[in-house]
Amino acid sequence: MAGDNSTPDVVVKTINESGEEVVVKIDGANSYGEQLQTSTKQVKEEKPFPPFDPSTFGPQLFWLAITFGVLYLLMSKIALPRIGEILEVRRDRIEGDLAEAERLRQKTEQAIENYEAELATARAQAHEIAEETRNDIKSELDEKHSEVEAELSKKLSIAEARIKETKSAALANVDEIASETLVSLISKLTGKISIKDARDIVKSVVKG
Amino acid sequence: MAGTDPIKQFDIVELFSFGTIGADAQGVGGFDLVFTNSALMMVVTVSLISGWLILTTRGRGLVPSRLQLVSEVSYEFIANMIRTSTGSEGMKFFPFVFSLFVFILISNMLGLFPYFISVSSQLIITVSLALLVMTIVIFYGVWKNGFKFLKIFVPSGIPLVVLIIVVPIEVLSFLSRPLSLSLRLFGNMLAGAIVVKVFAGFVVSLTAMGLVGIIGAILPMAMTVALTGLEVLVAALQAFVFTILTCVYLNDAIHPGH
Repeated sequence: MAGDNSTPDVVVKTINESGEEVVVKIDGANSYGEQLQTSTKQVKEEKPFPPFDPSTFGPQLFWLAITFGVLYLLMSKIALPRIGEILEVRRDRIEGDLAEAERLRQKTEQAIENYEAELATARAQAHEIAEETRNDIKSELDEKHSEVEAELSKKLSIAEARIKETKSAALANVDEIASETLVSLISKLTGKISIKDARDIVKSVVKG
Repeated sequence: MAGTDPIKQFDIVELFSFGTIGADAQGVGGFDLVFTNSALMMVVTVSLISGWLILTTRGRGLVPSRLQLVSEVSYEFIANMIRTSTGSEGMKFFPFVFSLFVFILISNMLGLFPYFISVSSQLIITVSLALLVMTIVIFYGVWKNGFKFLKIFVPSGIPLVVLIIVVPIEVLSFLSRPLSLSLRLFGNMLAGAIVVKVFAGFVVSLTAMGLVGIIGAILPMAMTVALTGLEVLVAALQAFVFTILTCVYLNDAIHPGH
């Protein structure tokens, strides 16, 4: 590949009848003016194992430096930062979403707590109101009850008094009727009896 | 019978030349900018890697597509490898280690295709990569730790008498690192390619012998298929080994002293 001016050989390239390139080497000759532009194909016979062929080292090293350099630049400047960014964004997003979920969960719990506290308060209040209402109704009822009872007993006593009165009046009348009956009876039987006597008799009988 | 020569596949063939630079007036010396099949494979490797990684991540999908996932998995694979072997300090070498891994992996894999040359079966490539790694290790180690970098040769907690023996061994093992690093990759890829080619060559030679040969070619054909599968494994494994050893050596540069 690269011309090697330390080689004391002259290399002549010709093409033979079958179209193959033939390399003729002349030992000891000077190589001035001759360009040793040979490819590996042409000098295969005299070359060692291809991977150990030093003439290929220069160009391979050159292209390795270029291609690996380009690869390194593309990786370090474009590809890897981009992938890193994608992974970073994803990690941030997942963490953000988890934090948001946690925040919402706490909010929900807070809401549930508030609701339960309010429910308990409402329940207590309802209970209180019910108790109060019950007490009110009870006292009112009691009041009315006693009122009615008092009236009733008053009416009862009046009625009792009236009954007693009527009874005594009736009883007085009974005496009178008895006396009158006695008078008419005795007068019919025996003759005469004063109403006054009759009353006395009746009185003594009733008393007896 | 050139088709069955197992060595021919490593030939470096000139495809075209960009001309010579630095030659003198007579056209002697200088450096030929020849573009060879190995250079073509390197360009293909780099194009494939860059094309894949850049195109699949173009959407920057929050939920990755399958193709994007491959890029992300390879990113995280190397990132985790560096973090576990060198700690987070080693992440400044992440682009380098990543480039190294994908370059070796893809060129190994491409080398498995018929008529493709594996650049990692070229000694100069693996030696260059290994020397690049060792150069970075040494320069970074000295730049970061100064004189303390020499502690990599002095394991801690060892009595002075034993150190006299241990230090030369450590120096020797350090010096042999680029050798083993480059030869391991080179040897594996070279031997694998040769073995596959030898068995494939049997198939070609035997089938040329008629019906009996075709029947006889079944076994080498099966071997070729099986060995190709094995070579896929070796290609991935050697890329991994090269990369993880790079991480281990970088760890020495970052934290000298065992």
